[in-house]
Amino acid sequence: MTLTRLRDGGGVQAPPPVRPRRRGIGWAQRLEIVALSGPAILVFVSFVIFPVLMAAYYGFYKWKGYGVPTNFVGLDNYKTILQDTAFHEALWHNAEILVLSLVLQGPVAIGLALLLNRRMRGQSAIRVLIFVPYVISEVITGTAWALILQTNGAGNDILESIGLGGLTQDWLADPKLAIWSLMFILTWKYVGFAVILFLAGMQNIPDELSEAAAVDGASFWQIQRHITLPLLGPTIRIWAFLSIIGSLQLFDLVYIIWGQYVASTAGTSTMATYMVVEGRNAANYGYGNAVAVVLFVISMIIALIYQRFVLRRDTEGALTGGS
Amino acid sequence: MARRTSIVYLVALLLIGLMLGPVLYIIVGGFRTNSQITVSPAGLPDPWVIGNYTEILASENFWRQVGNSTIAAVVTTVAVVALGVMASYVLARYKFRGRGAMYALFAAGLMFPATVAITPLYILVKNLGLVNTLPGVILPQIAFGLPTTIIILVPFLRAIPKEIEEAAMIDRCSRLGFFWRMVLPLSVPGLITTGILAFIGSWNSYLLPLFILNDQDTFTLPLGVQAFASQYSVDTAKVLAFTSLSMIPALVFFSLFERRIVGGLTGAVKG
Repeated sequence: MTLTRLRDGGGVQAPPPVRPRRRGIGWAQRLEIVALSGPAILVFVSFVIFPVLMAAYYGFYKWKGYGVPTNFVGLDNYKTILQDTAFHEALWHNAEILVLSLVLQGPVAIGLALLLNRRMRGQSAIRVLIFVPYVISEVITGTAWALILQTNGAGNDILESIGLGGLTQDWLADPKLAIWSLMFILTWKYVGFAVILFLAGMQNIPDELSEAAAVDGASFWQIQRHITLPLLGPTIRIWAFLSIIGSLQLFDLVYIIWGQYVASTAGTSTMATYMVVEGRNAANYGYGNAVAVVLFVISMIIALIYQRFVLRRDTEGALTGGS
Repeated sequence: MARRTSIVYLVALLLIGLMLGPVLYIIVGGFRTNSQITVSPAGLPDPWVIGNYTEILASENFWRQVGNSTIAAVVTTVAVVALGVMASYVLARYKFRGRGAMYALFAAGLMFPATVAITPLYILVKNLGLVNTLPGVILPQIAFGLPTTIIILVPFLRAIPKEIEEAAMIDRCSRLGFFWRMVLPLSVPGLITTGILAFIGSWNSYLLPLFILNDQDTFTLPLGVQAFASQYSVDTAKVLAFTSLSMIPALVFFSLFERRIVGGLTGAVKG
């Protein structure tokens, strides 16, 4: 939103650019605009904007999801949410996941991108393979890792067979470890995406810069530190933004592993799993909608703050794909 | 220098092992028996058995889920690309009041994946009488696929040189004719990229079908995998076989179009 304003430079208020052949917008053109963009806007507004607005309405009711909600309870749902320790925990887990995703995946991905940015044999194959986990569905990722990391799974088996039997753990059910197992799985699944982004960003940096630095006697690491990393800034900030949004809305993997394979949530519940468990699974749709509103507002505030203070200094068209 | 290069290769090799390990674990595990898996969870098949795979390939459930997933993914893809390219053309090549607002509307959608709207969305779909039907999944997927599609396609369409448009106009081609005869053919690479992203997104989608589809007959593959895994929770080998068969289409699709997917994603972000 704010991003768009950056690049479209107030397309709303700005006077139309004066072109010699311009005759103003005729009705035929208006009709074309409506005919071409109408269907997309209709579907988007009906199934994205409208539900979000309805959530705000349903959130004021105690409602089982049948018929028209009648039991108006005002802000009661919101009071319950804000007082529920289970929600506090979920919120805290989201915060942990958000921060850990940034500090774990970021450096790993930058390191790997630096490695892979060199001319080497098999480079394109490596780039493809590192991206495979990103393409596999969350359900499959969850199933595979749940089976690998259970106490009698392949993970512990491998540790034992290489003589590290003392390190075997209950990776998923132990509340002290579960969040780290989750972070490991998240990194596995999403680091390829970050690497691909960073590699693309690095390829936009002109070779002349590092060549000139090398002529001046800069070492490999000095070049990376003082040329590549600073110029990669915009890409890193965009990646971080996507990562933050993803962390706030995390649902699939947690719900599958800690809903199906592990009995307890073991300190991994998120706002989204809380919403599904307390809303849909408990057939308490008014409450579920209120949680959705809270989740929406929190994501929105963080997104706006991030755009205002972090993304703002980037050149136009970073996320919105300038021309 | 030689030493550094070999370190790079070592790291790359480890990395690939780690990335592919779980995938291979699923595929290879499907060729084992449960007793093999119990005795040695991380071992190789000895002997290799194909019974798990053949049994699933013979099951009606699996193929019905493949069918459902395919229908949902194909319809979603076609609709997202069609609606997306039309709207993108307007955003890229028409000048009108409210264009910035329209762009902002779709760009805002990019920030909020379906998670945040899923509860009210379910109620909307229920009120439309579309619960337990594929359209109930497809329509919201189209809506949530539009932002990415539009964000990728607008710069693509904007990059088509003005001169081509002017030449077309001189040849008495209308704007719509220009769209149909020039813009669509020229933007095929962009359409393919966005189409693949929509397809994979739909193929892997979990949360939306979880809410909308409760009837076994309408399950898509991700729901099927989950249902199968809880139904046969003691039969790990069969679960592995089912899981690996269900990921094949996405992997094949990815390996065919890998360049475009990676290119499209990076294009979307770096502009």
